[in-house]
Amino acid sequence: MQDLPAGKPVVTDTHPSLLDRTMEAAARATPEPLANTVRGLSDRMVAWLFIAPTILLLLAINIFPLIWAIQLSFTNYRANRPNEVVKNIGLQNYERILTDTDTWIAMQTTAHFVFWTILLQTLIGFTLAYLIDRKFRGHAFWTTIILVPMMLSPAVVGNFWRFLYEPQIGLFTYIVSFFTGIATTDILMLSNVKLAPWSIIIVDTWMWTPYVMLICLAGLRSIPDYIYEAAEVDRASNWRQFWSITLPMALPFIMLAVLFRGIENFKMFDMVNLLTGGGPGSTTEVASITLKREAFEKWRTGFSSAFAIILFVAVFGLANIYVKVLNRVKSR
Amino acid sequence: MSAVTTKKRRSAWPRILRRGLLENIATVVIGLGFLMLFQPFAITLYTWSFVTMLAGTVMFIVVSKFPE
Repeated sequence: MQDLPAGKPVVTDTHPSLLDRTMEAAARATPEPLANTVRGLSDRMVAWLFIAPTILLLLAINIFPLIWAIQLSFTNYRANRPNEVVKNIGLQNYERILTDTDTWIAMQTTAHFVFWTILLQTLIGFTLAYLIDRKFRGHAFWTTIILVPMMLSPAVVGNFWRFLYEPQIGLFTYIVSFFTGIATTDILMLSNVKLAPWSIIIVDTWMWTPYVMLICLAGLRSIPDYIYEAAEVDRASNWRQFWSITLPMALPFIMLAVLFRGIENFKMFDMVNLLTGGGPGSTTEVASITLKREAFEKWRTGFSSAFAIILFVAVFGLANIYVKVLNRVKSR
Repeated sequence: MSAVTTKKRRSAWPRILRRGLLENIATVVIGLGFLMLFQPFAITLYTWSFVTMLAGTVMFIVVSKFPE
C-alpha cells in the first residue's frame, strides 16, 4: 500500500483491473470529510443508504396513495367538489358496491373476458410451444415472428385493430366476409352487442398468446431428454408420453402463465377503453371501466376508492397464489 | 460397538400450525372468494366475496411467516 499525497490508500497491483481503477478514481474523487464519515458506517448502514431512495420513492408513489385511497373509501368525498364537507360514512361505500347489481354485472363481464382469453391463450399458446419445441428448420425465425404482437404497445394495438374491425375498410371484416359470404357492412364487430365482447377477446388473444407460448416453451425445454428416452425403451406411444410426461411436467409453467394472464386481464383497461370504451351500452364494461366512470365521469371519489380497494384485494390475493406457484416452479 | 443414539430436536411449534398446510388453506379461501366475486348465480355470494378474499389474503400473509 502506498499513500497518496492526500493521504488516501490506493489499491496497488502490477495489473490493476478496471474495477480496481474505478474504485481508486472514486476514492480520489471523494471529499475527505465525506470519506471519513462513510468509513465510520457499518455495512448495514451503507446498505440502508443505498436502498433508502427506492424505499422513499415506493412510499411516495405506492404506499401513500394506497393508504389515502383506503381512508377515502370510508368517506363521501368527491374530487370535483373540494370545498364540500367530507363526511365519514363507515362501510356504506363497500355495502353499496357489494349489493349493487350493475357492479355485479361488470364483474361478470370481467369474468367472461378473463375466462375466454385465458382459455384461448393457454390452448393456442401451449400448442404453438409444443410445435416450436420440435425444432424444425427455421423454428427460431418463426418464434421471432410469433413474438412480435407481444412487443407492441396496447395503445397501438387497440388503434390499429379499430381500423381492422371497420365495416367499410377493415381487413378483418373483409376476410370474414370473403369466407362467410356475409356483407362487410353487416359485420359490426365493435358496435354489435353480441360481437363486441368477442372483438376484445380476439385482440387480447392475438396480442398475449405469444407470452403464454414463451412460458410454456420454457416449461417444455426444462423436461430432461432421458425421461423420453426411458419412455421410448418402455415402448410408450407419443400420446402416452404427452399425457404422462410432457403435460404433468409442463403444468406448473402453464399454471404460472394462467395466473399471470389472469391478474393482467382482471385489471385490463387500455385495450377495452380504446376499442369499445365499455360499449355498446355496457356490454363490454369491465370492472376497470366501471371504476373509471365512477371516478372521473360521476366523480364519486369515495365510492370509486372503495371499489378500487376491492379490486386491489382480489389482485393481491391472486398475486400471493402466483408467488406460491412461482416458488414451486423455482424449486423444481 | 456402542450404539450412538441421536435425538432429533422436535420443534415446539404445533404441527397443526405448520406453514405448508395453512398456506394451502389460505389459497383455497382466496380462490373461493375470487369465484364468489365472479359467479353469476347468487348476489349473496357476491356480497360475501370481498370478506372471504380479505380473510384469505390476511391469513396467507400471516401463515407465510410460520415455520415449515
